Amino acid sequence: MLEESLQPGWLSEEVKTGTTIIAVEFEGGVVIGSDSRVSAGAAVVNRVMNKLSVLHDKIYCALSGSAADAQTMAEAVNYQLDVHSMEVGEDPLVRSAATLVKSISYKYKEELSAHLIVAGWDRRGGGQVYVTLEGLLCRQPFAIGGSGSSYIYGFVDAEYRKGMSRKESQEFVVNALALAMGRDGSSGGVAYVVTIDQTGAEEKCVLGNELPTFFDE
Amino acid sequence: EHPKMSASQVKGVSTGTTILAVRFRGGVVIGSDSRASIGGEYVSSRVINKLVQVHDRIFCCMAGSLADAQAVTKMAKFQLSFLSIQMESPPLVKAAASVLKELCYRNKDELQAGFITAGWDKKKGPQVYTVSLGGMLVSQPFTIAGSGSTFIYGYVDAKYKPDMSREECMQFATNALALAMGRDNVSGGVIHLVVITEDKAEHVIVPGNKLPKFHDE
Repeated sequence: MLEESLQPGWLSEEVKTGTTIIAVEFEGGVVIGSDSRVSAGAAVVNRVMNKLSVLHDKIYCALSGSAADAQTMAEAVNYQLDVHSMEVGEDPLVRSAATLVKSISYKYKEELSAHLIVAGWDRRGGGQVYVTLEGLLCRQPFAIGGSGSSYIYGFVDAEYRKGMSRKESQEFVVNALALAMGRDGSSGGVAYVVTIDQTGAEEKCVLGNELPTFFDE
Repeated sequence: EHPKMSASQVKGVSTGTTILAVRFRGGVVIGSDSRASIGGEYVSSRVINKLVQVHDRIFCCMAGSLADAQAVTKMAKFQLSFLSIQMESPPLVKAAASVLKELCYRNKDELQAGFITAGWDKKKGPQVYTVSLGGMLVSQPFTIAGSGSTFIYGYVDAKYKPDMSREECMQFATNALALAMGRDNVSGGVIHLVVITEDKAEHVIVPGNKLPKFHDE
């Protein structure tokens, strides 16, 4: 007797941004990047989602983990940052944004399963990257996250150098994303890259066929 | 958040180890780390050699259950020496890989071991073969395996070039293993390399203090 469900499998699977996200500091700013695949089990439910969320003019965050949890956290922090920046009368610090994300992550760590990397530019500290995994707050020269990040630990360890220029940092991010998207089934689509510095945030989308290719492609 | 890949949590995945084999102009390099651990908590040996010689110019290394691998390689060694007497010439690398493949495929329900076989023979020169867990046999220019290999997919995809020289290939293998050992807690110790060419099979050890260092070390 064949057991058949009336509904396709992906309707009952949680929607996850199995993903690759990366952020790196350079002299004068940060570059933050992500892939664009959102999956529910084996189905790709969105192949062009921009996982780089605005927290403020010069502060972005990259989403990974459960799509719903990550989006909600980003929206909540966006609101809280607006209120905060009105109270202090100037642009918020990147550390403030990261602390707000960390507070939510830590308080609701049992209920939420999302990891946000916060990156941006402020007057006091220049370009900064913070990781907020499971409620910790740590500044790092660069950070990677998401399911695809496992495959590029070796690459980023070998290729990162201190004092990279803006262009080198952008290439570093795009190469890392392309390599991870090549190996991780839950990452793919296009690469979104945002470069933030004193003048503002510049968004770029690198299409699938424009991504760097490697020896076997 | 990246998926956890240690053996104790995922059935059918390699034991704590990082192994690889790479073809270069005139030979192959096969390499591994040297850590044997129990459950990822206790390092039972810091310096074991995971590279097994199955014939004069053919080596293999295993990923998976140590007991299964030892039993299988012992049987393969016997069958290959018998074969070389019958054929009155050294066995082909493909023959060695096929012997392992037959054993893995026919006993797939009982065994949990995969192999990398690399060597040199007169017919096709240097070759690298992978026998996966279920018994699939594939020839590749290079291959990586073991729990630590997930972290270096990006690195090897980016850095491999066909037709490298012996020195470039040894550097590539050493770097890849060192990066994996740096991120995987069940891989570590020293690096064992065997360089196989038409003339000889040379065993090289890179001790812990001579491992390549990267940006944060």
